[in-house]
Amino acid sequence: MNIASLGYLRSLLAALAAMSVGFGSAAAAAEIGQIKVARGQVSVERRGDSLTGSVGMRLEAADVVKTGADGSVGITMSDNSLLSAGPNSILALEHFDFDPATSQGRFDAQLQRGTLAVISGRIAKQSPQAMTVRTPSAALGVRGTEFVVSTHE
Amino acid sequence: MNSELRGAAIAWLAVLLAGCATPQGAVVLLPEASGKDTAVLVTQGEKVALLDQPYAGAKLSSTGPQKYSSSAADVQARFGGALAALPSRPTQFTLYFVEGKDEFTDESKKIIDSIFAEIANRPVPDVLVVGHTDKVGTDAANDVLSRQRAEVVRRALVARGIAPGNVVAVGRGKREPMVPTADGVAEARNRRVEILVR
Repeated sequence: MNIASLGYLRSLLAALAAMSVGFGSAAAAAEIGQIKVARGQVSVERRGDSLTGSVGMRLEAADVVKTGADGSVGITMSDNSLLSAGPNSILALEHFDFDPATSQGRFDAQLQRGTLAVISGRIAKQSPQAMTVRTPSAALGVRGTEFVVSTHE
Repeated sequence: MNSELRGAAIAWLAVLLAGCATPQGAVVLLPEASGKDTAVLVTQGEKVALLDQPYAGAKLSSTGPQKYSSSAADVQARFGGALAALPSRPTQFTLYFVEGKDEFTDESKKIIDSIFAEIANRPVPDVLVVGHTDKVGTDAANDVLSRQRAEVVRRALVARGIAPGNVVAVGRGKREPMVPTADGVAEARNRRVEILVR
């Protein structure tokens, strides 16, 4: 390899490193999951705004997802956790961080009202203490993997 | 108050308290398809219930979780709406590469068709492409090569119509071999790209 191509290789490596850093920080700061299923009335409260929840919408930490009397919503998180809420539900994605390289992270959600189905993902698999689903009256430690929870009879 | 009366009063109070246990919902552990260990620990104040069998349930109340035996029909009646909205589970594919290159092996070309079938099945597919190498060569070289392999797959997906914003390609170099080997060992099963469609 001559000097010129070595220089090229170095700048290529630097560019790739910069790109991977960019990807990492963008993923950590913003997107934590995506709405895959939306039926009836679905909304997302984000920083004081109420947005219409639709299929394909990217979700962020601290988003609160709401469904109306005819609504339901299905969400895939970036650690492969699946969540779905039935009608008249309020689901707060309170805290989510996830390192895809190591599967380390933390996921805390709160079902404030309604019904919720959960299939836990890589965070809970890697560390059984790392995922919690709360309701107004209970805390669920998720050792894995599939369960349902409601806030009313 | 004599002791008989006191006993009756206490019994009456217990009935009253039980009657006042406000329902606060329910939790049911579902069967695990892969048969692996699964459990949910339900905590209400100082009261705890461990659900570790299929259809083990707990009714939540102001007096703590009360375990009960649920069933498929009970779950469907209470949670049918939520369950019907569950997204499809992620599907993983693995493509293998020619040694030292970013070219697919011939068998892997066939797998690409099934990847597209899976993508087409999903309303809003997002795809994570993770490149890996075997343990021949330096970390620096393998980071570049694994990234190139992932990029080849990403470009192939975009060329066939996947929105570029829905495909993320990353390279892990030789850090996560499928088959553990000593450094410097050429191992075909480690020269791969994993594609997660979700």
